[in-house]
Order: sequence, then structure tokens, then C-alpha cells
Amino acid sequence: MPGTVQAIERAAAILRTLAGGPGRLGLSEIARTLDLAKGTTHGILRTLQLVGFVEQDRVSGQYQLGGALLHLGTSYLDINELRSRSINWADPLAARSGEAVRIGTVLEGQVLVVHHVFRPDDTFQTLDVGALLPLHATALGKVLLAYRAGGPAPHLETFTRRTLTDPRALAVALDGVRESGWAFEVDEFLVGQAAVAAPIRGYGGLVVGAIGVSGPVERLCDSHYRPLPRLVTYVRDAARAISRDLGATR
Amino acid sequence: MTEKYVLAIDQGTTSTRCIVFDRRGQLVSLAQQEHKQYFPRPGWVEHDAMEIWRNVERLAPRVLRRAGIGLDQLAALGIANQRETTVIWDRRTGVPVGRAIIWQDTRTDALVHTLTARSAAADISHISGLPLATYFSGPRLRWMLDHTPGLRARAERGEVLCGTMETWLIWNLTGRAQHVTDVTNASRTMLLDVRGLDWSPRALDFFGIPRAMLPAVRPSIGGFGTASEAFPGVRIGAALGDQQAALFGQTCFTPGEAKCTYGTGSFLLLNTGTELVRPENGLLGTVAYQIAGAPAVYALEGSIAITGSLVQWFRDQLELISSAPEIETLARTVADNGGCYIVPAFSGLYAPYWRSEARGVIVGLTSYITKGHLARAVLEATAWQTREVVDAMNANSGLTLTTLKVDGGMTADNLLMQMIADVLDVPVVRPLAVETVSLGAAYAAGLAVGYWPDLDGLRRNWHIAGQWMPAMDPALRDGEYANWRRAVERTFDWIQPA
Repeated sequence: MPGTVQAIERAAAILRTLAGGPGRLGLSEIARTLDLAKGTTHGILRTLQLVGFVEQDRVSGQYQLGGALLHLGTSYLDINELRSRSINWADPLAARSGEAVRIGTVLEGQVLVVHHVFRPDDTFQTLDVGALLPLHATALGKVLLAYRAGGPAPHLETFTRRTLTDPRALAVALDGVRESGWAFEVDEFLVGQAAVAAPIRGYGGLVVGAIGVSGPVERLCDSHYRPLPRLVTYVRDAARAISRDLGATR
Repeated sequence: MTEKYVLAIDQGTTSTRCIVFDRRGQLVSLAQQEHKQYFPRPGWVEHDAMEIWRNVERLAPRVLRRAGIGLDQLAALGIANQRETTVIWDRRTGVPVGRAIIWQDTRTDALVHTLTARSAAADISHISGLPLATYFSGPRLRWMLDHTPGLRARAERGEVLCGTMETWLIWNLTGRAQHVTDVTNASRTMLLDVRGLDWSPRALDFFGIPRAMLPAVRPSIGGFGTASEAFPGVRIGAALGDQQAALFGQTCFTPGEAKCTYGTGSFLLLNTGTELVRPENGLLGTVAYQIAGAPAVYALEGSIAITGSLVQWFRDQLELISSAPEIETLARTVADNGGCYIVPAFSGLYAPYWRSEARGVIVGLTSYITKGHLARAVLEATAWQTREVVDAMNANSGLTLTTLKVDGGMTADNLLMQMIADVLDVPVVRPLAVETVSLGAAYAAGLAVGYWPDLDGLRRNWHIAGQWMPAMDPALRDGEYANWRRAVERTFDWIQPA
């Protein structure tokens, strides 16, 4: 077993101290409790503050647990912020592909649609922002699953004959997504519908969402039911442009 | 053949953006730089014009690099700019005389009050199509001449030049060769004869502005020379005020077509064709655009001073959210406003009231109110202000708005878009281009150099990207509107004449 990282141990101890304390704690108090040098403690607190795990009160200068810590495991990027930062790149994707665009994040084991751009043909369409889609049966969902720690939901619901309901088959598909950097679905959620999606990354490369196009199989796929390479390029370019704006380095 | 593109410079209130567009009118790359806002006294807002020009110089290589293209691939560039913001600079050194005074600034309040009392004031409003207000450039120029020692004499000798932001940028882009303004920007000064499309000697006399310092007035779409700085060798095909640019970007080329842009403030413009409709109900008569060699097209405008900037205030001054989009997250934590209303009359109220002495209020506060209710009231303020302007527009034009085309950064807020559809009781439509201000400048510049053949070609690029349908109980709507109007009344007469 490799050695442990002392700074992370100390950071964890500081977080436990703040969580166990009566409210806000001052720097000296924290340092004294843990028998650490003030300089060391301050450095760790500053870093924890930067990632949002600790907040400092402006007036008293005392520390408390940060908001980001409370949302660990859900999403660290506000969904409305994600939409706002993506909107400029989702529109060109719809224009170039000629298909509807959706952006999704994970919410309680499903894909939450946070942004939707209509297929640009001026037919009547309805915004489905707020809709929930299955993770394992959609391209957006497979992207989100592929870059998430832990497995998918234990029960994989059947939507069509082509839905991946065997956990091993899904695991293979997700390996493929991680390898290629994009996902697709053909007839897996709705018969006759195909989709292509790619990951949106934030700071540190963390996947914060997925963007994709969807439409009829005959428009999105070739005769071998593979998505058209042109569409894959458009989707990945849009995902990269959003990721760059969100501060992800390549 | 190498693909060609068009560049837009959007010189806005909080930032300057350079955007490259392709032939389909889609965004290829974007580079943005914010500039400092100076608030030296309550009601005063200033920018450093030199900082803004340097930002353009800095953004130029960045936006081209991100697009992966060279200068030779730019067919033209177009400018859209924050309107009514005014700067004076030294013709010889190119250095601004003081900071630019921006459109939200209300320092000319007392001056406007004095000028309004003069008998000629009504004539000036008729000539310019605008009510006498602190919002416009004319009073601002007069204030600068009055408050800078020796400036009037230098202006009369032609040693200093003035302009709105497009004039400043074109002068710098062309290596100080062109001192020009476009008709849409000129139509926001109160100095332009809005029918004759040149400076009005009567208006210049009324405000006491020496003609020698003013730029030449040109059609919006035509030629402004060729850039020698920042984008050397690229033709400057067009310049438009930002709201007129958005109208153009939304391809509202036919009388009766309208759009509303949601930014720092919000602006509803209705194309009225080649005739200027006499503005009533606090609306403005303004030039929409003019293609060189063709008659000008006019618009009726309903201006709202504070919409997006209320969200900024909520973020920066109250610190209740850490980014603007989080206002939606916070507002969705509650089901309604809890009886609370915010009227953001920070620099008075614009359309339909034009009350410069009004100041903001938060009413209906009880111990029940949470920050979620406040967030909802912030968004509702934008919706209800839109409703007031639409009502005025319907009454003035005799037309009834059946859908509202929207654009601007706030259209990313789904809750707000739904609120607007609900309070107007018409569908709200977002086109496949949120950046319509920049797109309009690009369209206009591309049209000037033949990159796009005609207006119909541009119209074919317009597609619906999203639509919100009204779904509010009419009785609730009426009740809330009545509450809103009672809240507005409470802002009146707050600033007392000194």
C-alpha cells in the first residue's frame, strides 16, 4: 500500500473539527485543537476555501464548512449556470447538425435535461427542460455514467428490444465511451430514434454534464446503424468549446 | 478557396466582445473582456474609453486564434455599441478628456430640469423624436463642456472631438482617419434631426454644442473606411447602436416586427418602416437602420433601464448569489413572491414613465420573506416592466403583439422566460442565436460588402430555438399586475429638487 498524504489527512481533520464545532472557528482555535502550526493550518484552510469546502466570514475572519461540501455527490456546478455557460455553443450545434440539442446532468439516478434547443426547422416543438431520461438507455446518460464513480442502478429497465439491460453489456459499452470520448444510442430508448453525446468538463477535468443531438435513425446514422462521423465531430467540438469556457484544460 | 467570415465588435456596458460568425450566421469563436465600472458618486457611472480601446486591441488576436483563421479571412467587421455613452478626446493626442459618461448616469438631472422649462424644449423633442431626459447624449455633452475648464473654447477651435462609442472605436481603428457616427447612434443624442438625418442647428443651439466637435453622420450600413489598427486591412462595413443591431440580428426587417433584448437594461424595438411614427406613452422614435443609398427605417422603442443589472446588484451588492444564473435556482426554492415586489428605479424609471426623480423600492416585506422570495421578485421586475412597455407599444402602434421575439443573456433563464410569457399572455420565442446584438452587427457589415446578398438571405438563417407558452390564471395575472403598479407608484418623487 502506498504511503498516505499528510496534507490530506490534516485537511480532513480540519473539516471534522469545523463540522463538530459549535459554529464558526477562528484560525488559532483550529490550529490549537489539532496541534498544528498556524501557518500550516492557514495554508490548508486557504486551499479548502478555494475549492469551496470552507467559507470564511468576512467580518470575524472565522471559518465554517462551505456550501460546496453540502452538495458533494449531487452536482458542484449549478444547473442554471451550466445552461447559461453552454447556450452559445448549443445553438451552433443545432444549426450545424440540423438536429435538436439537449444538455443533461445526473439527478437521483436519471438524466435531468437542463437545456434544450429545438431542431432548427421551425416546426412546432415543446421545451423539455426539466424532463428526466434513463441513464442506461440514452447517449447523454451513457456519457454521464461512463465518467462517474460507482455503477449504474441495479435494475436496468427495458424500453425497447435494443435497450442494454445486461449489466455486463452496459459495462462494455461504457468502456467504449471512455475510450472514444463520446456515446451514442440507436433504438435503445425510443424506436426509430438515435442520439450522439459527449462529456462537458469543468475545473480539474471533472465531467459536469453531457451535450448531445438526437433525431431519427435514418438522418443520424449510416446504413450500418453507426452515427455519421460529421455529427460526432460537431458534438465533440461543442462539448470541448463549453468545457474550455468552464475552465477545463484539455 | 478559403472560407470567409465576418467579425462583430460588441462594445457593451460591462464588457467588450469580439465574435466571429460564419455564413449561416452561427458563432465560430468569441473573446470577451470586461472593463471597469466607475461609480464616483451616487448616480454617476463612468468608463475609461482608453481601457475599452485597449481591450479591443487585446481581443483581436485572441478571437482570430480561437477561430483558427487569419485576418485575410475576414470579409468585413461591424460594430454594435452601448448607446448614449459619450466621450470627448483630444484630436492631436487621442487621449480622452476625462472618462466616458455612460447611459445610466443621471448627473445631468438638474440640467435637464432647467432645459425642460425652456419654451423650445417641446420643439427639440419633436425634432429628435426623444423626450428630454438624462438618458441621452446631448445633455451629457453640455455637462462636460460646462464642467471642464477651457473645454468649450477648445471644442469651438476644433481641438477636441466627441462621439459615442462607435465613433471612438472607428476613429481608433482607422488610425484616427475617420471621425464618423452612424444614424442610429446619432438618433440617441437629441441633436439629430431624426427625419432629415443630420445634426439639427436648432438642437445644437438649444444644448450649446459646437458643431466642430461632432462627427459626420453616415448610414449604418455602407462604409466607415478600412481598419489600420487591431484588425488591419479589414473593412468596417457597419455600425449600429446595440439595440438596433439586435433588431437587425433578429431579422425584423418588416414593419410590425419586434424584438426585446434582455441585457443590463432591456429594450423592446418595433420596426415601423420608413415613416417615423409619432411616439407616445413614453416610447421613443428612433432610427432602426439605414442602408447606404436607401431611406432610413424607423422604430418605436420602449426602454427599460434596469433588468439584468438588478440581478448583478443582487449578486455583487447583496451577495445573495455567487453567479447571475443562480438567481433562477434561488427563485425556484419558493412557489411565488410571497407578496414582495422590487421596483429597480436605480436611475429613475424609463418607459413608459420617464421619471428621473424616482428611486428603487422593495415593498411587501414581512418576516415571512426569504431570499428566495426576493430572487423571485427580482425576476418578476423584468417581466412586469416588459408588460408595461408592451402595453404602451400596443396603444401607440395600434398593433397587437402576438409573439415576443427575445434575445440577450437573460434568455438563458427559463423561469424568467416563462414569467414573461405568463404576464404578457403571448408566446415568447428565442431564435437560434442568443448573441443577436453581435449577429446584427455582423449581418449589417456582411451585407455592406456583399458577403450576404440581401435581407431575404439573412431571414432564412432565423430559426426558433426555444418557445415558452403562457400558462397563468388570468385573475392571478390581473391581481399581480395591479400590485406591481401600486409598487411602481411608491418610487415616484423620491428625489426632491434641491
